[in-house]
Amino acid sequence: MSTHSEPTGQSGGAPPAPLWEVFVRARRGLAHTHVGSLHAADAELALRNARDLYTRRQEGVSIWVLPTAAITASSPDEKDAFFDPAADKVYRHPTFYEVPEGAAHL
Amino acid sequence: MYGNDFPADDTSGGLLGEVEAAETALREAAERGRRGAAGVNPAAYFAEVIAADQKVEPRDWMPEAYRATLIRQIAQHAHSEIIGMQPEGNWITRAPSLRRKAILLAKVQDEAGHGLYLYAAAETLGVSRDELVDLLLAGRQKYSSIFNYPTLSWADMGTIGWLVDGAAIVNQVPLCRCSYGPYARAMIRICKEESFHQRQGYEILHTLAHGTPAQREMAQDSVNRWWYPSLAMFGPPDTDSTHSAQSMDWKIKRFSNDELRQRFVDMCVGQAEVLGLALPDPALCWNEERGAYDFTQPDYGELMQVIKGAGPCNRQRMEHRRRAHREGAWVRAAAAAYAAKQANQKEQANQKEKAA
Repeated sequence: MSTHSEPTGQSGGAPPAPLWEVFVRARRGLAHTHVGSLHAADAELALRNARDLYTRRQEGVSIWVLPTAAITASSPDEKDAFFDPAADKVYRHPTFYEVPEGAAHL
Repeated sequence: MYGNDFPADDTSGGLLGEVEAAETALREAAERGRRGAAGVNPAAYFAEVIAADQKVEPRDWMPEAYRATLIRQIAQHAHSEIIGMQPEGNWITRAPSLRRKAILLAKVQDEAGHGLYLYAAAETLGVSRDELVDLLLAGRQKYSSIFNYPTLSWADMGTIGWLVDGAAIVNQVPLCRCSYGPYARAMIRICKEESFHQRQGYEILHTLAHGTPAQREMAQDSVNRWWYPSLAMFGPPDTDSTHSAQSMDWKIKRFSNDELRQRFVDMCVGQAEVLGLALPDPALCWNEERGAYDFTQPDYGELMQVIKGAGPCNRQRMEHRRRAHREGAWVRAAAAAYAAKQANQKEQANQKEKAA
């Protein structure tokens, strides 16, 4: 997309600022939850930008940012094969077991 | 009042109620889940996901046209938020009180935030934000035509909140149910924040409309100028809309331009009455048979002209945007240089530690 030279004001093909994923803990006692992403030059700026972008209305008490490039994700194409080992192990759920009548506190 | 695919609650909580209903629907769809994966026939799987009101996610297979349509729509939406800061930014230094000034600042900051959420949603489709910004600055992607109208008086801050944000909300609430997950989630967040925008605008107008005769007149003049451009925000009539049918099939879009426009008009009539201001349409009248208001259509010729670049402020908006981008270049460069320097120092410290 850099075929047109003007008038975009782009600073001479500087590489784009890296992408960061943002996680916010809404309240004490809850886990950090993914809320979105943003661009920033470094971690410190990413944290400040995340505060301005994702917590303008007291949405959180703690923020994590991490470089998107550092995330290793499973592939949706392999979803079946990848998660298959879990599918046939229903005995991992407590509901698999029959509790005899009269047995309490189980 | 806003939607017809789920029950409306009372009018005061209507908007937020709908956004919450969309959020609940999103969670329920996720709960229903879907076993299996795209496998050998990704196109059939995609169709099934859409038919089951499930969300399409970034790494799923999707038709190229679906991807392109979403990129175009989300980018245009993001650009609108960014350009949309200008008409209101115009009045920040001249807000009539500290309270109004703080509110206006917060609103304009929200718009920057909305633009960024949306660019982030677009990036999940494989396009970079820099690319999209470039397309905007080069005039190759559009933003909403409404922002090419000037803000001539303080009352315009009220009218923009009431009518322009109101129209945007009517457009955007159904997008909370869009089939593309990241867009739907961004829209839920945006709509919750937009509700504040609309109410603060309504409050400004209500105050002016109940003020001195001059203030009242200023409010009425503002509504007169913004009414038809606001109606035009819903786009060309259904008969001329090029993108509608396919977008409806893909559940990107849920209602047609004309349906949403009608919904907006029906909503505004009562709100204008409470303000004690007139909507500038002598033909506006209740149609018992249709159960809706008859109204005069906006001038679609004018809409096309503004979209093509001949609106009152197109040139000014773009020039301002380009200048702001150019003048911010050193900030981006400085942040990158600082980050590189810090990384370098860390690297050197690490090596020293290893050597020691």
